[in-house]
Amino acid sequence: MSLQTMTYIVVGITFALYIGIAIWARAGSTSEFYAAGGSVPPVLNGMATGADWMSAASFISMAGLIANMGYGGGLFLMGWTGGYVLLAMLLAPYLRKFGKFTVPQFVGDRFYSKSASVVAVMCLLAASLTYIIGQMTGVGVAFSRFLGVSNSTGVFIGMGIVFMYAVFGGMKGITYTQVAQYCVLILAYTIPAIFISMQLTGNPLPQLGLGGGFVGTDMTLLGKLDQVVMDLGFPQYTTMTRVSTLNMFVYTMSLMIGTAGLPHVIMRFFTVPKVKDARSSAGWALVFISILYTTAPGVAAMARLNLEATVNTNVMSGGDLFAPDAGIKYAERPDWMKRWEVTGLLKFEDKNGDGRIQMYNGKSKDPAFLAKVEAAGWKGSELNVNKDIMVLANPEVAQLPNWVIALVAAGGLAAALSTAAGLLLAISSAISHDLFKNIFMPDMSEKNELMTGKIAMACSIVVAGYLGLNPPDFAAGTVAIAFGLAASSIFPALMMGIFNKKMNKEGAMAGMLAGIGITMFYVFAHKGIFFIKGTSFLGMFGGKANFFMGIEPNAFGAIGALVNFAVAYVVSKVTPACPDHITEMVENVRIPRGAKAVDGAH
Amino acid sequence: MDKSGEAYWKATLTLIAQVLAVWFFVSFGCGILFADALNSMSLGGYPLGFWFAQQGSMYVFVVLIFVYKHLMGKLDEKFDVHED
Repeated sequence: MSLQTMTYIVVGITFALYIGIAIWARAGSTSEFYAAGGSVPPVLNGMATGADWMSAASFISMAGLIANMGYGGGLFLMGWTGGYVLLAMLLAPYLRKFGKFTVPQFVGDRFYSKSASVVAVMCLLAASLTYIIGQMTGVGVAFSRFLGVSNSTGVFIGMGIVFMYAVFGGMKGITYTQVAQYCVLILAYTIPAIFISMQLTGNPLPQLGLGGGFVGTDMTLLGKLDQVVMDLGFPQYTTMTRVSTLNMFVYTMSLMIGTAGLPHVIMRFFTVPKVKDARSSAGWALVFISILYTTAPGVAAMARLNLEATVNTNVMSGGDLFAPDAGIKYAERPDWMKRWEVTGLLKFEDKNGDGRIQMYNGKSKDPAFLAKVEAAGWKGSELNVNKDIMVLANPEVAQLPNWVIALVAAGGLAAALSTAAGLLLAISSAISHDLFKNIFMPDMSEKNELMTGKIAMACSIVVAGYLGLNPPDFAAGTVAIAFGLAASSIFPALMMGIFNKKMNKEGAMAGMLAGIGITMFYVFAHKGIFFIKGTSFLGMFGGKANFFMGIEPNAFGAIGALVNFAVAYVVSKVTPACPDHITEMVENVRIPRGAKAVDGAH
Repeated sequence: MDKSGEAYWKATLTLIAQVLAVWFFVSFGCGILFADALNSMSLGGYPLGFWFAQQGSMYVFVVLIFVYKHLMGKLDEKFDVHED
């Protein structure tokens, strides 16, 4: 059976499974529909949260970026898991006790002001929309490969399918569908990793294989990889940091506090039955997320080694990488390269006209390395591999059976679609419920509310799709910016709402606006105003990227959060104090006893 | 909040601070700030600093949440503020 047929079949089966479970669960009980996990055991609830959380960024993009960033890629791993510790201790139990459904509702009540709620909605929209741009990038990669079309066509088809998926909507609300999605995701991620780990290290667990020996030699896998990448002019894999230690520190922090401030994650903990469950479901969610996240570094390193070995035949044998016949002949390239060339995400250019592929660090400034390049007659790195394709291409590169390749495609589609649809639902409810119904048009009918939500969804898809065609960064990089926006606005507001009884509405609003404002300013300076190409204004700052202490725009959320806290503190000192009944309410939120069922349904 | 309420909150904050100290130490400490120094040691085939950044901190995070949940449950009972 051809690979393409197999892919259609596996993707078809998994989607039939999700829809089947959705129909079965809907017939079983309708109350489950909204109260995500009301009667579901914490373990299953954790799995469902995992499916919600692991998006195209985690599944498709992250390992590819790590493969390229080496040690520095650890910032994604630590950042996107460490946030759960903050969530479990600082936010989830208290927001659960508070007993409302959404973040803007909490902000509006705690800061006794509709304006504060509007500011929170705006911050949420900015973060969620940016997040969806990253998802659309990933959706484009997945669909272009799945259907064998160009990347832009993939994005257009993805836009249509995400829209249908989100409008069909119910899929998202049913915990058991998400449990099934988690299972598909995690199998699709770990099975190829296990195969490849066996091939390269003889150890089936990638977590151990990555620290294991390289088959057939007395070298460790990482030692081998370090040697190969350094021979090809790249920095050492296990020590290359991301820009600088300070940047890596701030980047990790930004992702962590962004995790604890993103609406679609927090919402999950609003609806668990008890305060106690809020704590443990964060723990279970992290268990299931960590299965993928601890596998990812193995996938990254092994994919990198396999890719280098495919292109340069002397990598595995340890022979001379610069030998004239080391690079494979383009005419004899493996099928997977041809398949990815169709999408435009993998490109070959025969710069030295020898008909063979050379791939190395063309930007190296090391004179000794450049001398070797010169002597070998290399005229530049000839293969351009988009980092976002690494995970999907990985099983093809390693020549795994067709069913494994098909399974990975199904997993990538599930990851991209489920999170994109979930975010669209969060956006539509923020606009239709928190903004229109609660603030602007309190007497809006339920029908109009639903319609407003759908229009908001359609607009978001068009905007995100358009920007997804020319994404500001790779999928995981764009998603990191979204985390930065959440980190600089929502997280500090929630923290101060719970841990500072005296914080007043003026302080909270000024803090959120200042935090997200300065973060957006810094990001737009690098990536263009609202990410539109050609509108970046780095020139104002001498044209130098990362001009503030060498910090990347993707990492700036942590600085934005500091600004938020500082501004809020100062403003709260010079404006009227927080009223007594609010202080009492905060004291009450801090104690688990008396937690009621969630009200304020939508 | 009465006296026991204040004491409960103080105990909660202490626990949070302790957990956060470990959280910070493994990730920002061992994974980033001291990673270079730790890389001179190895764990199996892993340089130790690299291991903390790409494996170790995540294992510790998982354990931390469950430890926190357990200790917090005990605090709730001790100060008689638990549910039901």
